[in-house]
Amino acid sequence: MKKFYNRIAETALLPFLSVIMAFVISGLLIVFSDAAVLKVIGSPGKFIKVASSTFMNAYIALFQGAFFDPHLTQGHTLLQGFYPLSETIVTATPLILAGLSVSLAFQSGLFNIGAQGQFIFGAIGASYVGFHYTFSPVVHVTLALLAGIVLASLWGGFVGLLKARTGAHEVIVTIMMNYIAGFFILWILKTKSFLRPRRIDPLAPNIKPSAELPHLLGSTMRLHAGILIALLAAVFVWWLLNKTTIGFQFRAVGANASAAKTAGISVGVTTMLTMTIAGALAGLGGAVHVLGNQYALTSDIAGSFGFDAITVALLGRAKPRGTVMAALLFGALRTGGRTMEANTSTPLDIVLVIQALIVLFIASPALVRFIFRIKNLQSQGTLASKGWNG
Amino acid sequence: MSLELRGVTKTFGSLVANDNINLKVDDGEIHAILGENGAGKSTLMNIVYGLVQPDSGEFLVDGNPVTIHQPADALAVGIGMVHQHFMLIPVFSVLENIILGHEQSTKIGSLESSAAREKILKLASEFGFHIDPDAIVENLSVGVQQRVEILKALMYDAKILILDEPTAVLTPQETDEFIEIMKKLRASGTAIIFISHKLREVKAVADKITVIRQGKVVAIADPKSTQEELASLMVGRPVNLTEKKTIHHDNAVVVKVSELNIADEVGRPLVSNINFEIHKGEILAIAGVQGNGQTELANAMVNLHKNVHGSILLDGQEIVGLSVNKSLHSGIAYVPESRELDGLIGKFSIAENLILDTHHEQPFAKGIFMSNKAVEEEAQKKVVEFDIRTQSIDAPVSSLSGGNKQKVVLARELSRPVRLVVACQPTRGLDVGAIEFVHKRILEEREAGRAVLLFSTELDEVMTLADRIAVMYKGEILSIVDASATREQIGLLMAGVKS
Repeated sequence: MKKFYNRIAETALLPFLSVIMAFVISGLLIVFSDAAVLKVIGSPGKFIKVASSTFMNAYIALFQGAFFDPHLTQGHTLLQGFYPLSETIVTATPLILAGLSVSLAFQSGLFNIGAQGQFIFGAIGASYVGFHYTFSPVVHVTLALLAGIVLASLWGGFVGLLKARTGAHEVIVTIMMNYIAGFFILWILKTKSFLRPRRIDPLAPNIKPSAELPHLLGSTMRLHAGILIALLAAVFVWWLLNKTTIGFQFRAVGANASAAKTAGISVGVTTMLTMTIAGALAGLGGAVHVLGNQYALTSDIAGSFGFDAITVALLGRAKPRGTVMAALLFGALRTGGRTMEANTSTPLDIVLVIQALIVLFIASPALVRFIFRIKNLQSQGTLASKGWNG
Repeated sequence: MSLELRGVTKTFGSLVANDNINLKVDDGEIHAILGENGAGKSTLMNIVYGLVQPDSGEFLVDGNPVTIHQPADALAVGIGMVHQHFMLIPVFSVLENIILGHEQSTKIGSLESSAAREKILKLASEFGFHIDPDAIVENLSVGVQQRVEILKALMYDAKILILDEPTAVLTPQETDEFIEIMKKLRASGTAIIFISHKLREVKAVADKITVIRQGKVVAIADPKSTQEELASLMVGRPVNLTEKKTIHHDNAVVVKVSELNIADEVGRPLVSNINFEIHKGEILAIAGVQGNGQTELANAMVNLHKNVHGSILLDGQEIVGLSVNKSLHSGIAYVPESRELDGLIGKFSIAENLILDTHHEQPFAKGIFMSNKAVEEEAQKKVVEFDIRTQSIDAPVSSLSGGNKQKVVLARELSRPVRLVVACQPTRGLDVGAIEFVHKRILEEREAGRAVLLFSTELDEVMTLADRIAVMYKGEILSIVDASATREQIGLLMAGVKS
């Protein structure tokens, strides 16, 4: 048991401290950019009072907006107070899946910047099957998800093929493929098969109700079955990496491609397979986002999910459990940030500052170790991809 | 200048790396520190150079106590160090590397280099180094790069030079030249602390030998002691350095390589026209100076190299063009040249490294499902069979010493049904005990009737193990000679002289 705690402490301590520091520094920013605080900056007594209440109010609003808001229970059930938590999970769901995509690639030594593009193709596939065909509910959802997975895994697998065959670096290729995907969705939304009848703006028809992912807590909460899919996917990634020959090969190639090759593992095949599965995961994220939340495909369907996924994977140290936790944190920040902006004078942008600071601290473990005087914190290896020639 | 250490102790957690070590190095003395890997030699030298702080102990330079907290302090009192892994910037010139950290500006703000250049040339001619100050370091051979490191220390008036395993990276010829350099340095009054586990070299140059075992000084030995005596002191038990060779010949040909040519990506020949046969129970050693095509030939034996033309018949079956996996499973054990780079995955556990090649086979996997139990059982078995010293089979393989790492590689490669063993530099960087183990194991394979293809730049190793010796030079086999050939004959062939 002690060993278990040690392991948790070793792997989770650095991300945890990074998050804490990000909140503290952002808190200072909140305080010192607040007009009310600046007005009383001359008198220490008042300053401390106003500053601390600004600080607390902002973070209380953030918390209430992300997890539980007692005001919402008035005249309703206690459950309704958890509406913000439902929103947090809804936001986190696609992020978990896209994050798993990036994490899996990291484990195999690949830097998948392309989760954005893969996400878009997953959304396109799910949306088309969702609005164009009619099936019985369970079948329809399954087929729509599969369509997203297949399209996105082809899109991701192509990157693996290019790398395996020609040595093209996946970072460059995936960045470019993101552009292609971004413009592709703009184009396809203007084609006859995707354009909503009697509309000229880029908006696909709503998916049929039979293709919608069911809500989990009734119609007042948006929480949908996508989170179950995302958690299953996390378990799947863990299982794949740790319990199967394929995962063994992924990790071997990720940790030392040269030794893996010498021991008879095909690096090319592993690369293609990794990118295919990574594509499938991000695509599943896009599909779930359409089928559970958005219902209709728009040109901005992917938002910044594919890019936040990189941060989430880094924060989660490319481990499935860590990725889930990190995605939930980011989901909470996004949803809570909106309430914070509405209820206090603190703008939503502070959330971006928090996210950026988390990444900054995660990327500089030596700094965290220095600030907290931690001597034996293992560096656990940096996650960044290998050089351009890798 | 003399250096004395008194009662130096350093512990890392529960491990006592240095235990109350006393050491005295006199003016113009070559003082060898002999010890196995992990005995504490490098820790001691890192303490002297200020890279590691001791828990207790004193330093005296010329009888005066000094404190050394960082390399700059060491440099200031005249202690310089040449690390085993060079600290040079490959794309910089020799001159730039040498003035790095001591740069001075001219009046107009550009880099002052003429004084440094003069000093480099003066030092180089004094010690007989042929060095062009403007040569780019990455274009220089390893031996010359080492001289750059030495110059770097001498430039800033090092009177005591620590050389950490300086010959580990050198070819036999370069080693001989290096020994001459050490003698010249000694003649000029520089004291040298020479860290090594190579007995021949230590005997050849040292004035005094301090033997360290498990962090303690166990003996101050006389360089006139025999290699066996020194080895026994180092290992702490009697060592038999000369292996027994029982002639064990069978006429059956296991491997027949014919007309083998290897080219690089753009078609330039790297290895050409290789022909040889290895019989059952025979060791064919490929000798030669590093970089004469041995690596490429070794890689070609298991199809790790592309652009291979010709034929390699293993028991009559063609293996050129197979996948690496198929080549290995056709009955070849492959011990790659670099354990860390190609042999093992440092982050992976010992157990995982033991099944890198067979992880997808029964009993370790059924379909794609891996069985941890089978993997663990295999590891427990191999750890005992190959005497891999570790606390746990789950420990990352990077935590093992060089010798134990090599045992993991051997254990893995010899666990498949094997007809041919390809071993590349199998004892490079290993200590006496581990070398003994590896040699014994290779001879056992030979006795069991396997063909062995041994690549080695260590002439001693080649002479001890081989039944026949092929010498490679510029990508070709110059000649295949009998094991009774003399060192001189083989040395000449290695230099490209064909009689």
